[in-house]
Amino acid sequence: MPHRDDLQKILVLGSGPIVIGQAAEFDYSGAQACKVLLEDGYEVVLVNSNPATIMTDPEFATATYVEPLLPDVVAQVIELERPDALLPTLGGQTALNLAKTLWEDGTLDRYDVELIGASYDAICRAEDRELFDATMRAAGLRTARNMIVTSLGEAHAAAGELGLPLIVRPAFTLGGRGGGIARSEQELDLIVEQGLAASPIGQVLIDESVLGWGEFELEVMRDGADNVVVVCSIENVDPMGVHTGDSVTVAPQMSLTDRQYQLLRDQAIAVIRAVGVETGGSNVQFAVNPATDEIVVIEMNPRVSRSSALASKATGFPIAKIAARLAVGYRLDEIPNDITRRTPASFEPTLDYVVVKWPRFAFEKFPGVDARLSTHMKSVGEVMAIGRTFKQAFVKAMRSRELDAPALFAGDLLERLETPSADRFDVLLEAFRRGAGEAEAHARTQIDPWFLRELRELAQAPDAVETGVRTYRAVDTCAAEFAAETPYFYSAWERPPAAHEVLRGERPSVMILGSGPNRIGQGIEFDYCCVHAAMTVRESGRDAVMVNCNPETVSTDYDTSDRLYFEPLTLEDVLAIVAVEQPEGVIVQFGGQTPLKLAAGLEAAGVPLLGTSPEAIDLAEDRGRFGAVLERLGLKAPPYALARGAEAALAAAADVGFPLLVRPSYVLGGRAMELVYSSAALADYLERTRASGSSVIFLDRFLENAIEVDVDAICDGEDVWIGGIMQHVEEAGIHSGDSACVLPPHSLGAQMLQEIRTAATAIALELGVVGLMNVQFGVLGEALYVIEANPRASRTVPFVSKATGLPLAKIACRVMLGERLADMDLPEDPCGEHISVKEAVLPFDRFAGADALLGPEMRSTGEVMGIAADFPTAFAKAQAAAGVQLPQAGTVFLTVTDTDKAAIGAVAAQLHDLGFAIAATGGTAGAIARMGIPVERLNKLGEGSPHVVDKIEGGDVVLVINTPTGTAARTDGYEIRRAAIARAIPCITTIAGGMAAARAIAAARQGGPAVRSLQEIHRASGATEAVGT
Amino acid sequence: MSAYVLLEDGTRFDGEACGAPGHAVGEVVFTTGMSGYQECMTDPSFHAQLITFTAPMVGNYGVSARAMESDRIHARGAIMREAVNAEDAPSAERGWLDWLLDCGVPGITGVDTRALVRHIREAGAMLGGVFPAAVAEDEALAQIAAEPPMAGRDLVREVTVSEPQVVHGDGSGPRLVALDTGIKHSIVRNFVARGVTLELLPCTTPADELLARDADGLFLVPGPGDPATLGYLVDTIREAIGRMPVFGICLGHQLLSQAVGLETFKLPFGHRGGNHPVKDLRTGRIAITAQNHGFAVRGEAGQRLQSDFGEAELTHVNLYDGTIEGLRLLDVPAGCVQYHPEAGPGPHDSVGLFDEFIREIQGAAPRAA
Repeated sequence: MPHRDDLQKILVLGSGPIVIGQAAEFDYSGAQACKVLLEDGYEVVLVNSNPATIMTDPEFATATYVEPLLPDVVAQVIELERPDALLPTLGGQTALNLAKTLWEDGTLDRYDVELIGASYDAICRAEDRELFDATMRAAGLRTARNMIVTSLGEAHAAAGELGLPLIVRPAFTLGGRGGGIARSEQELDLIVEQGLAASPIGQVLIDESVLGWGEFELEVMRDGADNVVVVCSIENVDPMGVHTGDSVTVAPQMSLTDRQYQLLRDQAIAVIRAVGVETGGSNVQFAVNPATDEIVVIEMNPRVSRSSALASKATGFPIAKIAARLAVGYRLDEIPNDITRRTPASFEPTLDYVVVKWPRFAFEKFPGVDARLSTHMKSVGEVMAIGRTFKQAFVKAMRSRELDAPALFAGDLLERLETPSADRFDVLLEAFRRGAGEAEAHARTQIDPWFLRELRELAQAPDAVETGVRTYRAVDTCAAEFAAETPYFYSAWERPPAAHEVLRGERPSVMILGSGPNRIGQGIEFDYCCVHAAMTVRESGRDAVMVNCNPETVSTDYDTSDRLYFEPLTLEDVLAIVAVEQPEGVIVQFGGQTPLKLAAGLEAAGVPLLGTSPEAIDLAEDRGRFGAVLERLGLKAPPYALARGAEAALAAAADVGFPLLVRPSYVLGGRAMELVYSSAALADYLERTRASGSSVIFLDRFLENAIEVDVDAICDGEDVWIGGIMQHVEEAGIHSGDSACVLPPHSLGAQMLQEIRTAATAIALELGVVGLMNVQFGVLGEALYVIEANPRASRTVPFVSKATGLPLAKIACRVMLGERLADMDLPEDPCGEHISVKEAVLPFDRFAGADALLGPEMRSTGEVMGIAADFPTAFAKAQAAAGVQLPQAGTVFLTVTDTDKAAIGAVAAQLHDLGFAIAATGGTAGAIARMGIPVERLNKLGEGSPHVVDKIEGGDVVLVINTPTGTAARTDGYEIRRAAIARAIPCITTIAGGMAAARAIAAARQGGPAVRSLQEIHRASGATEAVGT
Repeated sequence: MSAYVLLEDGTRFDGEACGAPGHAVGEVVFTTGMSGYQECMTDPSFHAQLITFTAPMVGNYGVSARAMESDRIHARGAIMREAVNAEDAPSAERGWLDWLLDCGVPGITGVDTRALVRHIREAGAMLGGVFPAAVAEDEALAQIAAEPPMAGRDLVREVTVSEPQVVHGDGSGPRLVALDTGIKHSIVRNFVARGVTLELLPCTTPADELLARDADGLFLVPGPGDPATLGYLVDTIREAIGRMPVFGICLGHQLLSQAVGLETFKLPFGHRGGNHPVKDLRTGRIAITAQNHGFAVRGEAGQRLQSDFGEAELTHVNLYDGTIEGLRLLDVPAGCVQYHPEAGPGPHDSVGLFDEFIREIQGAAPRAA
């Protein structure tokens, strides 16, 4: 074999939680890498704090550490495992930065760990702006004229030299965090300050502006023999100025001549050689002035990236898998092309279709944030569509976005186009529909005329795009030059008669509907479940057929299923695939709301659904019917009402009683959900949400100070198995997706746990669930309330699976395929001795102006997990993994609502005992002082400087505990939280969270937490023997 | 206006007429390059062929003088999934479809090119044509039947210069002579950029006239048609080998290979595009190459053989199908490659071969190809 045999054990670093700029694509790349390294006989040690990843499934590595991605933790893993090599190029910027630190602090040298894939020097040449510029200059390539600054004064000097506007980019951050476009002196000051704070080395690059130039990316691969191939070209439809992650992009590039494209290709190859990435993939970004042929190298990533995941899905060339093989010594020509099987990977894919990627935004979740698109990435997910022509791909991508509300077309559309926004292409199409010309659109947007013409034609004749017959065509890397073995399909509209390329075979198939674009409330957790479903279907001897449109995911790896359809998840698109596949059944319960919404339509069309019936789904989701179910079962639920219109809502509120949780019907991740304490607040809510267009409003009595509990259970119609009971750290009222939770529950008694089990079992049987169900309970004193039941996979399924070692989604899928729980020998209480904590990761630091407040509306993008022998240690690990470094000394600032004033004393006392100084304002200070704890009284904002925000901004505070007084914006609380985020000071917004933090700080004093692999933990708890999945 | 592609086996694909009105008949081939449609159409090696572009969108950046590979369109027609005119593209001097119309070359758009390529892939490249819908199929078939098959066809006489032509570099490089079998501007540009003075002779020029030029080196030019029909060229070349360094590209490779006793054969559907990996067996290095050939040299990659000019080695292999992509004579300065180092269109990975040839002429190691 040509791979290196001097290596036995390889350490792979994941990318941690899903955050803006670093999403599921690194699970896709990392999972691919782990798989091939294991196949090649290596031992793989993996560190990743994100439980909702396929790569952290125990079978993907020899030893899996769900631990914080921090240098000291990884060093512990290295000390324990003694790997021969570290592969840092598959876990995004996080892994690359970690590897760099471990090299610099001597850890790698001390334990004799070789960096493979990219050397330390190559990482530095790519990542350090000054070094990168010098490297490019030496290679004869042009970069934007720029200056590196480390202070505001230097930034002003740079502005004098280069002139405004300027692009500001901090060094070593992902997704351009902390960067932006400065068009004025004021903007320059603001962005440079942000950038200096965001850059871990306090370095910011100020670039001359190439705004309006075309933006292109090339994905390059190089092997140890210096063979280089360009896998894919990507053209941004949005010109320079909008972050590529926020841009609509197209592959292959559309507008460059062959001569121009080949120059880019030559330069991309020169860049990877000059930077010195010995093996693997890199992404090189260019700005091109098409009128003058000027080319500027913008940046290169010496690792796999979001774009390389997109390129892999767009071409069928699995970049991460091949990068991993190259890193262990294979040459490109020694690796077969998976798709053709007969040709080698040392080639460049050619496309006979067009791929369009579209970002998915979530600005509606963050009122008050700057929703303009810029060089700082703001999208939370993406969709990809493949079409036979640009227009076919474009309309498919638009459809795939699954927007909650259509774009609005108020105001002067052309004027709106001048500022890039999330809905700019919707607006552009509308402007064309209304008769705008290409020239004026170009003047406002600088979008290449080629795209503008296509879009104008599309706007004027939308029905002409998808005509003829819908056929399914293969993504084959070679434009049909060779026969494709790997069945990866997209729909193409062709002139009749046109044939499908799908070879359906004789085996029965089961179709799994994916979850579409990642968005807040519907993230990678659901993709994880879909992938498990595919694995289970394949193990059952049936063909697994996957339908999804999210290029970041493992589900859209053609290796995951027997046949992959890269298609939008609309009823029409899915029914068309059903017609070709004739599946034995369709699974809708693993992909979140997206497929669930299709259940009724699929059933009406006569499509067999596996698992819980649409009737049972309706029984759980219809408030009236579900209320009747609970009544029959003798279970309590908080009083609620359902009202149509504002007047009825206000009247109903009086009957239900305050405080109230209000929301429109059918919501995702608690969208537009709020907690109101009075009629006036409700009236205000109704006024504000009128625009969202939903007429039915739910009013639920809010269980103040209740403990919230989540249960994931599986039912086969006869038996119910409780997979996990989780207690939320934050009290009820914080969206379950944003709340930290603990498994097993840390403060519920055995009797209550039994009551919870009994209730969940009764609900599952009464609803007629077949498969997964999630129930949320509230525990208030001795009383158990049912808050809601969802007969589908929940966000916590991967966490529970990792915590218990029992794959819930797989077990559920087996049930849906007809197996009985009774035959599976599942343990009744699968928790083991360890404590697992899940913590949410919030994107507030990326959204200037966002209020860092937890509430009933979900705002987190991802999650991490901490595992330890006790709750405080597990909680501390989860906090550290979430990027919250709990302090060990300094001043803690506390300010809480009146209702929390009684409880804050205990938190303050514990922090005081731990040696922290306590500071507070007004009433909180009084409450703490009355407990006999020394407290420094600070001015509120209105009481004049120096006030609390000055203190925080001055760096005098190490931890903020602030419970909110309401949802009104621009309160003191808002300013305090904003200031804390800007300085990256941990900010806790619940009393329970504060208590847990204090206990965690105390636990950390007992010595650092020990790392332990999942495999070892599960062996200890006996989970691995329990189920043979 | 409706139009259709008809193949000699009766397979039909419908589309819309574009470019010039009328019909066109020839060998229907496909290229997988994603850019460079104008270069392909004007490449003499596409003489008498209709090009099916697998790229989904063709015409995106219009046409311009600098993308011409010869002084005219040599392909007989363009078959496309979706054609765009793009007269307003930043670097366009004319729209793509306007230009086809100007040049009298018919095109067809809206064709299910993928289905067409799959058919050719299975059944082999074959004769066919593009016809307006008004032309009846049997009439179209008759026109196709009247077209001679590609195998056995000498097409270089149709594309060669009628009189000798000299292209001057700055004089810093050697003086080369070439028998013109269908020169591309990209090749000329590559030589001129290296200071070469290149004299193109009609392909029928006898050996004594060629040798009388007393050039520093002989360049063997690409070109269309069946190389097996070009015995007269092979004979001329045999006279030159050993007397001056020789370097050949594409058809030039096939001619040099015949000169050392190897045979050529027709590939099932040819190699056309810009993504074929070719390995130099002597170095292990892989180049991504521009390809445009329907015939290949028979042999085993890496094989060494005795020729009238001493030992020869088959040095390069196409990693897609194992066919021969390069030859080197070991006792005299001569070598050639099947692919196109000049690109136009395609990747520039192998452009250094021009430098090697010139270094070889100038007596400096290493040798060409």
